[in-house]
Amino acid sequence: MRTAFARAALASLAAALCAGCAMPTMPTIKPIEPWVKPYERERLADPIMQVAGDPLIDKHRDHVYTVREGARGATGVQGGGCGCN
Amino acid sequence: MGATKRGNGVVAVAGVVGALGAGGAQAVDLPADTAEAMVHLYNGGGTKAYGPAFLVRKSMADRVSVSGEYFVDMVSNASIDVVTTASPYKETRNEFGLGLDYVVRDTLMHVSGTASREPDYDANTIGLDLTQDTFGGMTTVNLGFTKGSDKVGQKGVGFFDTAQHWQWRIGATQVLTPRWVASANLEVVADSGYLGSPYRVARVFGATVPESMPRTRESRALKLGFVGDVTPAAAEQGGEPSRRSVYGDYRYFWDTWGVRAHTLEGGYRRYFGTNWVADGFVRLYKQDHALFYSDDAQTPTTYITRNRQLSTFHDASVGAQVTYTLKDVPGQYNVKLDGSYQFMAFRYNDFTDIRTGKAYSFDASVLELAMTANF
Repeated sequence: MRTAFARAALASLAAALCAGCAMPTMPTIKPIEPWVKPYERERLADPIMQVAGDPLIDKHRDHVYTVREGARGATGVQGGGCGCN
Repeated sequence: MGATKRGNGVVAVAGVVGALGAGGAQAVDLPADTAEAMVHLYNGGGTKAYGPAFLVRKSMADRVSVSGEYFVDMVSNASIDVVTTASPYKETRNEFGLGLDYVVRDTLMHVSGTASREPDYDANTIGLDLTQDTFGGMTTVNLGFTKGSDKVGQKGVGFFDTAQHWQWRIGATQVLTPRWVASANLEVVADSGYLGSPYRVARVFGATVPESMPRTRESRALKLGFVGDVTPAAAEQGGEPSRRSVYGDYRYFWDTWGVRAHTLEGGYRRYFGTNWVADGFVRLYKQDHALFYSDDAQTPTTYITRNRQLSTFHDASVGAQVTYTLKDVPGQYNVKLDGSYQFMAFRYNDFTDIRTGKAYSFDASVLELAMTANF
């Protein structure tokens, strides 16, 4: 009896969902497309638009800061360890 | 147990790589072949550090790029710590680095190792970084890990202790518009072992005592940044290569020692003609002292330091960098010269210059001159 009731409930739910899918006013979710196309990225490729600068200059500056300041990390520079503190 | 942990780690890394790879990625490029030589100088607060640095990178078979790096620090130290508690000294630090970049499908893998040698300190690191372009090339995600192992020594004693460092980092760069890019980076660093200096002393009731530091530390740093093209429309239409950009970032740092720090940076770059690029920048840094820092402790505590790097202070920088393209043969090679100067002012709130009785402060100059060939 309980199984029959459960089957009926599932069938009703499935029918309701299918009916919902078929409704013409139901909004559909579209995947987000990349909104800046590759041919629009010419400006971003210029060296003055790079987040990272010259690798050796960046490394030296990061070393100067890390040796004298308490904060460290999240700079994008991979420094080697040293006993400079 | 160890094998299980290792197995879980491999699965986790594979899962992350798999998840990144599922993002509809584009092919990634190897770093350009390059050869660079630089001389650097830091001069301030009685410390002078200078030396050469070299970087060479060469790709092979379009999938692998090998790089080598050599960095020398010749230090002449007569800083306030040294002149008030010890004797000025000179020493040289040599750092060697090797890197391997490898393209696997749409992921760039970077494996690296460094070895730093000083008379009383050896530091070795190994690292792995993964970079993935995704979302039609608009988003770049990177993950990285570095393990550092140090041997700590003291002149006249030899190596007497060790320190271990674990660094985990994750970041993303996002193209917002055809002119603006944003970035976010998070890095967690955990340390254990000997984290102080055997030469440094603290002050308790006006008397000098050996520094006593915790043997563990964990820190987090979160940085948010942007770079934007601000070339005026008139300059774009004129055909003159006078592009301009602005950039900036903010970093918040906090750790288990109670240090809280804010870093704010910003700059402006622009071309002058086809061969010259100028970059002007400012940087502001501010931090609160560590829980166990004291200029002159009035109560005995388990941990005590007078390391001014852990005191309350701020520093401000202003600098400029000029890049000159010496030779440019499109599609073949280019040669560039870089010159950078930065003025830094350090102001301490709770570190007294015991020679004058006033709060300590000093100014410093940072100089870099580099020559780079890309081919």
